[in-house]
Amino acid sequence: MSTTASNTNPSADGPGRSRGKAPAGEKVADWADGRLGIYSLAKSNMRKIFPDHWSFMLGEVCLYSFIIIILTGVYLTLFFHPSMNEVEYHGSYVPLQGQLMSEAFNSTMHISFDVRGGLLIRQIHHWAALIFLAGMFVHMMRVFFTGAFRKPREVNWLFGFLLFVLGMFTGFTGYSLPDDLLSGTGVRFMEGAILSVPIVGTYLSFFLFGGEFPGGDFVARFYSIHVLLLPGIMLGLVVGHLILVFYHKHTQFAGPGKTNNNVVGMPLLPVYMAKAGGFFFLVFGVIAAIAAIASINPIWAMGPYRPDQVSTGAQPDWYMGFSEGLIRVMPGWEINFWGHTLVLGVFIPLVIFPLVLVAIAVYPFIEAWVTGDKREHHILDRPRNVPTRTAFGVAWMTWYFVLLIGGGNDLIATHFHLSINSITWFVRVAFFVAPVVAFVITKRICLGLQRRDRETVLHGRESGIIKRLPHGEFIEVHEPLSQEQLHTLTAHEQYRPAEIGPTVDDNGVERKAKGSEKLRAKLSEAYYGEEAQIPKPTVEEYKEITSGHGHH
Amino acid sequence: MKKLSARRRHPLAAVVVLLLALACTGGLYVLFAPTDKAAADETAQSLAIDEGQKLYAVGCASCHGTGGQGSSDGPSLVGVGAAAVDFQVGTGRMPAQQPGAQVPKKKVIYTQPQIDQLAAYISSLGAGPSVPTKGDYGPGGADIAKGGELFRTNCAQCHNFTGKGGALTHGKFAPDLEGVSPKHIYEAMQTGPQNMPSFPDSTLSEQNKKDIIAYLDAVNGDDTESPGGLELGGLGPVSEGLFGWIFGLGSLIAVAVWVAARTAKAKKS
Repeated sequence: MSTTASNTNPSADGPGRSRGKAPAGEKVADWADGRLGIYSLAKSNMRKIFPDHWSFMLGEVCLYSFIIIILTGVYLTLFFHPSMNEVEYHGSYVPLQGQLMSEAFNSTMHISFDVRGGLLIRQIHHWAALIFLAGMFVHMMRVFFTGAFRKPREVNWLFGFLLFVLGMFTGFTGYSLPDDLLSGTGVRFMEGAILSVPIVGTYLSFFLFGGEFPGGDFVARFYSIHVLLLPGIMLGLVVGHLILVFYHKHTQFAGPGKTNNNVVGMPLLPVYMAKAGGFFFLVFGVIAAIAAIASINPIWAMGPYRPDQVSTGAQPDWYMGFSEGLIRVMPGWEINFWGHTLVLGVFIPLVIFPLVLVAIAVYPFIEAWVTGDKREHHILDRPRNVPTRTAFGVAWMTWYFVLLIGGGNDLIATHFHLSINSITWFVRVAFFVAPVVAFVITKRICLGLQRRDRETVLHGRESGIIKRLPHGEFIEVHEPLSQEQLHTLTAHEQYRPAEIGPTVDDNGVERKAKGSEKLRAKLSEAYYGEEAQIPKPTVEEYKEITSGHGHH
Repeated sequence: MKKLSARRRHPLAAVVVLLLALACTGGLYVLFAPTDKAAADETAQSLAIDEGQKLYAVGCASCHGTGGQGSSDGPSLVGVGAAAVDFQVGTGRMPAQQPGAQVPKKKVIYTQPQIDQLAAYISSLGAGPSVPTKGDYGPGGADIAKGGELFRTNCAQCHNFTGKGGALTHGKFAPDLEGVSPKHIYEAMQTGPQNMPSFPDSTLSEQNKKDIIAYLDAVNGDDTESPGGLELGGLGPVSEGLFGWIFGLGSLIAVAVWVAARTAKAKKS
């Protein structure tokens, strides 16, 4: 990277003038380069290559919906009053006329009914938030299942994970701002969770709400957290995330001409600039269309928050749904200890809540430790070729979705005519059993797919043509794969299980293998042992079969 | 007059006078006697009770007992009142199809006159709330906003913010209130059918009930507008999340696949 690029550029008043006047664009670019050094930046980055695959655009969906959220959020701040002063409603919505409500609710009603375009912007903001979180979830799973989190991208994985968690809390503080009956119930839920913390719970709750719930402070506090603190951190993380993507270069799927040391694709300028720019507008268009079609968070139907009121069907937005599920299915255990009550029915879910998230966040480091692999990886794995990782990912997702079912148990009960108690018990059992079942099934499916790949490589593709040989035998003609297809199907590398190092040193002194070494060897065996992967076909096997000795 | 007085000693004179007097009092009686409507109604009422009893014996007695005293399969109907009958039979819940966590709404099988006869029979077993009139549940003089506040305080914890319904324990549920007639909502509040608590006038005054009915008509009625577009069932974040995942992220992924499939051709240099 040259830092002296600006010195080598022909300046506008130098000898270059003799060739006639430079175009205006060039002049502006020269001016900027003299001060910002854009030429060298552009030189190193404009031709950055990006590979083409639809799943590489999931992150873009998140980035664009994040931008849409910021844009619409700024518009909403122009009209929203983050205050809990009580006012009487006199806006255009008739069924709330004359009701007492906080200024926060009143101004949200004003945005929804009396500000031009207010309801549409509100709905774009909220739909974009749901899609942002859903996009991050899917993007994270794409990275997970293809092994894109491996060295050198572990830090970027953590950045992304932090963005997801911060997105959850930005969403939570955001939908709590209108101070409606639904979100107020959610804030009350949070207060209950804080109160369940032993010893400090009460103090924390009083600190957060400025006294007894609901108090008159939390909307203003959530407001600055929602519009300033969390989005500020997220913006920084997004920039860091993107810089790292540029720095590491994008990963790619295996294929002819694609190696660990190159990136095959199209340059950022002009192809990806155009594609990404166009995609931004498509994302904006889709979200705006959804916001124009479907209602979200109709606070007018819910009414203003009052601590003495509650409605059935009170759920958080989907990304908080698993915490709702944890609470709903947890038995209401309680311990009375020396005159103090420990509400395990709430406290245990509060402890499991971060564990659910951390389980997936630390996975890359666990895998790196098990494989002991210190090399860089830029070629993506096909999920089937890493059955244990894929099975773990599916098990985690199953766990997550089981909890989502728990969070929506009442609606499942009414819509499928089931007993809510049975659903709760199902979730309690499935919380422990379903991930294990999903793990085993996924692993078997992966191994089956690996076997099929092996078959296809060795025997070619089934053509469906049945041929009768002169001596009467019927055979099905298999078409051999092309060189490219053969390469793609066999490009992945297969690890061998790590073993415990020599336990006898040069002097013949025996040492005791450490527990961690044994654990690692065991895990490695589970990952890459005979049971866990199908050996990919070797060149010799391929040659022997295709050498023409019979058709098998 | 001479002729009459000349015959006053006639042996038949007394008979004639008696006849005249009888005709006179009879005629006067006919003229002045009160036309007793109550008595006529009495007969009509007892007729309705009789008819109701017959219907009851066929359709209800197997569970509620021959005299409405109740059995192991159905509660006693003494004192539930006409309003309860009008609600349960008028919404098709009764006669029940099968025992279960809760008897659902279904096709109404009795005509309104038959329901009235059944109601008459049941209210003859013991005094209870009567069927409300249009004046009780009509929209006149109702305060929608007050009704909303009352609804959120007393009803929303089972029936959801705008009466879309919700789940109760062990397969029981609070039904969706869309399309339920104002009369039936009023009767339900008054009598507390099945798993619902009752809200007699001492708890929720007649005016309060009227307000709640008016609120429900405004937010969950046939011509309620949804200002934000599709209501998605009015169920809150669960249906919104599903919609966001399937149609929001789903269509964006479809768009991403479409964009990625259209790539520029590499220039040979």
